[in-house]
Amino acid sequence: MEHKLNYNDLWAYAPAPEDSGHVNIRDRYGLFLNGRFQDADSGKTFETHNPATEVRLSEVAFAGETDVDAAVKAARNAFDKSWNPMPPADRGKYLFRIARMIQERSREFAVAETLDGGKPIKESRDIDIPLAAAHFFYYAGWADKLEHAFPTRAVTPMGVAGQIIPWNFPLLMAAWKIAPALACGNTVVLKPAEATPLTALKLAEVIQDAGLPDGVVNILTGDGSTGAALVNHPGIDKVAFTGSTAVGKLIQNSIAGSHKKATLELGGKAANIILDDAPLNQAVEGIINGIFFNQGHVCCAGSRLLVQEGVADEVIAKLKDRLETLRVGDPMDKNTDIGAINSREQLNTIEGYLKLGQEEGAQIHQPECSLPEKGYWCRPTLFLNATQSHRIVQEEIFGPVLAIQTFRSVDEAIEMANNTPYGLSAGIWTDKGSRIFNLTRRLRAGVVWANTYNQFDPTSPFGGYKESGFGREGGLHGLEPYVNFD
Amino acid sequence: MAHLDIPKTYKLFIGGQFPRTESGRSFSLENAEGGTIANLCQASRKDFRNSVAVARKAQAGWADRAAFNRSQILYRLAEMLDGRRAQLVEELNFQGISSVDAEKEVCASVDRLVYYAGWCDKYQQVSGTVNPVASSHFNFSVPEPMGVVGILAPDEFGLLGLVSLFAPVIVGGNTCVILASESKPMCSITFAEVAATSDVPAGVINILTGFREELVPHFATHMDVNSIVYAGDNDPDVKILQEGSALNLKRVRIHRGVDWISSSSQGPQFILECQETKTTWHPVEVIKPKTGGY
Amino acid sequence: MPLLLLLQALEIMMITAMADFKPIPVDQVGVEERAAKFRTRSIKKEAKMQALRMALNLIDLTTLEGRDTEGKVRQMCYKAAHLHDEFPGLPTVAAVCVYPSMVPVARREVEGTEIRVASVATAFPSGQSDLKLKLDETRIAVENGADEVDMVISRGAFLRGELDYVHDEIAAVKGACQGRALKVILETGELCTLDNVRLASDLGIRAGADFIKTSTGKISPAATMPVTLVMLEAIKDHYLKTGRKIGMKPAGGISNAKTAIQYLVMLHETLGSDWLDNSLFRFGASSLANNILMQILKQDTGNYQSPDYFSIG
Repeated sequence: MEHKLNYNDLWAYAPAPEDSGHVNIRDRYGLFLNGRFQDADSGKTFETHNPATEVRLSEVAFAGETDVDAAVKAARNAFDKSWNPMPPADRGKYLFRIARMIQERSREFAVAETLDGGKPIKESRDIDIPLAAAHFFYYAGWADKLEHAFPTRAVTPMGVAGQIIPWNFPLLMAAWKIAPALACGNTVVLKPAEATPLTALKLAEVIQDAGLPDGVVNILTGDGSTGAALVNHPGIDKVAFTGSTAVGKLIQNSIAGSHKKATLELGGKAANIILDDAPLNQAVEGIINGIFFNQGHVCCAGSRLLVQEGVADEVIAKLKDRLETLRVGDPMDKNTDIGAINSREQLNTIEGYLKLGQEEGAQIHQPECSLPEKGYWCRPTLFLNATQSHRIVQEEIFGPVLAIQTFRSVDEAIEMANNTPYGLSAGIWTDKGSRIFNLTRRLRAGVVWANTYNQFDPTSPFGGYKESGFGREGGLHGLEPYVNFD
Repeated sequence: MAHLDIPKTYKLFIGGQFPRTESGRSFSLENAEGGTIANLCQASRKDFRNSVAVARKAQAGWADRAAFNRSQILYRLAEMLDGRRAQLVEELNFQGISSVDAEKEVCASVDRLVYYAGWCDKYQQVSGTVNPVASSHFNFSVPEPMGVVGILAPDEFGLLGLVSLFAPVIVGGNTCVILASESKPMCSITFAEVAATSDVPAGVINILTGFREELVPHFATHMDVNSIVYAGDNDPDVKILQEGSALNLKRVRIHRGVDWISSSSQGPQFILECQETKTTWHPVEVIKPKTGGY
Repeated sequence: MPLLLLLQALEIMMITAMADFKPIPVDQVGVEERAAKFRTRSIKKEAKMQALRMALNLIDLTTLEGRDTEGKVRQMCYKAAHLHDEFPGLPTVAAVCVYPSMVPVARREVEGTEIRVASVATAFPSGQSDLKLKLDETRIAVENGADEVDMVISRGAFLRGELDYVHDEIAAVKGACQGRALKVILETGELCTLDNVRLASDLGIRAGADFIKTSTGKISPAATMPVTLVMLEAIKDHYLKTGRKIGMKPAGGISNAKTAIQYLVMLHETLGSDWLDNSLFRFGASSLANNILMQILKQDTGNYQSPDYFSIG
């Protein structure tokens, strides 16, 4: 295809910044411990920054071992005294309250999420925040119906759950963790990611305003050492972790021999498979959404494109064409498609892979969009002619980088897709229904999207095979990790 | 005329074959009086490795069989096990189990196989869900086999413990490598002879005899084992299994203090603990019914 | 002469046999999602003003009623050239669109402006007539002074799978247009599926359409963003393969500025800036212009506007 469409700025969209005036981000946040915001025992704090501007947003308390201990004790106390004895229907009503209050404050949450994490405001506004509210709403309804979830078995809550979440979907992951835990009658100590503590702290404000009994939810900001202290605390009964596979393995190792149970949502290197009979224009959108959604900071990102040889040239030409219309820049602009990379460290990692991919012999393709001077940015990137043995094909990059390979037959595509230690997700594009189910059955992945990608819903179980972790979040299956069977 | 006994060689069961251990080692099983009942192979880490390899090879084909077919195969296994009752009771006797208890255990083992045979085409319906997502998608979650499961059978109930653990594992389309009871391993190999002549495809069930201390670390760390099912109460073993499993994130299931004779020691949860949940999103075309088109 | 033209048209058909024609699948859910994303674009300030002015200049101001009279058409034609004289510097609309019988009036009334005259033809809106009559009607419209012809495809034949017939009919009408621009109306509201919309688009393009157009305005639903997106994709794929630019005309149902801007966003991000021109894009609309004018005045004055201050066409 030698003809190219002309995407000049004949009609340039004017900046459309989301208004952040009404959003109250405090200059300083304490730990949310036993119903109150309080300083860390050590008095230590750390700053959180806007990755798009490198400007300081707030200063938050740094929880150490003594704070973790206090939080676990508060959670245990709340479990024994208030939350577990409470009628399940009332637990549900508190969760409904939280859902409603997130909806009421949705704009504030969206702005805070985008400022703290760098994701486009349209994603915070249309995806992260509504889904977080929906998740609370969904699990609220389960609180007094657990006997119907496990009809033949008596279930009891586990006790205190220690939960650790990543920086890519800060509020949404907090909702994924807290909502089912509380619905099943547990209390929680949650540690948000070091880079993105703000929306979890704003959620703490909601929880305070919703009147949850003290200590039912405790939110401790800190870094990996805080997380380690939480995981290793003898007073927790359950570890729920979303993050890297490397840390997930450390956790599984460190709780070995203890009574603690774990669910782990870890990394991925998902294949997005395009067959030659696919609806190609929609497939191209699915590829774009699969890898560039949230700057590719998505554990289930479709970071490997497998395209059947007969349509490979056409798909790649369409992808290149589509890249020209992606708008990279200010995450607060309502028209931004790709925002800022979450942190300097992550940008360094991604840039390392951009270099590596070229050294390995893959051809890099990036659009010539301009990037802001301040902040952390990465152009959407295609690697053409990648091969299965390339590290850019094997390893999770966690950035807007797509490795493209071709295949000849469905069997070959399945073999390539499954040839990875990961198994979180996969995408399949074909117009033929029976073929879809052949592939979805044979792909070793916890979530398979057919003719779509990166869809999430509170009713839909999410989680991985193999080194992508274990346990499910969402849906009826998402209750099981938070109950004991008698 | 007196018949001279032929002492039986209890070998390993790997890939439908009965090889001796590659290590050439054996150990003696003694009765309460200290007399040797039998000699068994002392499986090595290489025997384990070979077992995992054949189990992996057999897994996809086993999982691809129709659930109804798996069901029939398990039922056939029960039939054939039932035919060996006398021998199994005798072996349990040799290993110090009273006749009454031995009879009970063998019957329970047969019944357990029949029980699980019936589950092959049902657990999916019990644990599968259709998820009412808000977007225009048909969304459903179904259980799928984890792959190769390492089973450490309980020391008590040399036959029933083994059957109770492997049956739900293979019902769900997994294949397995079993380390039999260390103190009562005889029936495991007799069971293997049943399995070998049944319709269970080679490699689906693999049975090793030998020592926990030697083999548990290899079960724990083998990178091509997806899951471990352990029954027992040896805390150090549990810790070794859980720590080693972190290498490739094996799913580890621990069963402590289970009374395997009890009928409450069976159920779909034993199947589902070795299942992954796969969620599929499939688009649903929506043509607005009122206008019938675009 | 007419017979000769018909034979020429038939000859074109032979060349463009449908043997290698491959239907392109469309995923309806994906199209809906993509269309919805265009609707979330936020077009503000100067970008909005630019869009509003562009939109005015892309309009085919339309009256297609049984009760159309010379007086009605005259009023519309004057409005087409004088959208809001109190606010100088506004563009005119692209064209006026009328029935063949009104073409002479329209031709006369837009004389001296850049406004083109479009005539519907081929037994609009149903298309249920004989090919010969359709060709005659087309020729009459052209001879009466139409610059552009908006034809309808035979949906019945299409739904029966008679793709050759539909193709050949379009090709024959194209011949009868004698070089005037041909807009092919698919009447997507009767095509049932987006796969059919895509198939009909490809068919129309292959048969010689200069524009493909969604609707007559007589069937609901008329233009929708998903349907228009599928048609834009057909145009895009054709351009990327051949370098030939086909125009697009969504018609019916686009009655306010906000919707029009959403369509322009979709057009802009699907086909690029070359299509932001009335040689390649039109809105078929009757009441859109005044709504856009109200928005322009709102942008200019900061005050929300009342229809009382804007003349009807």
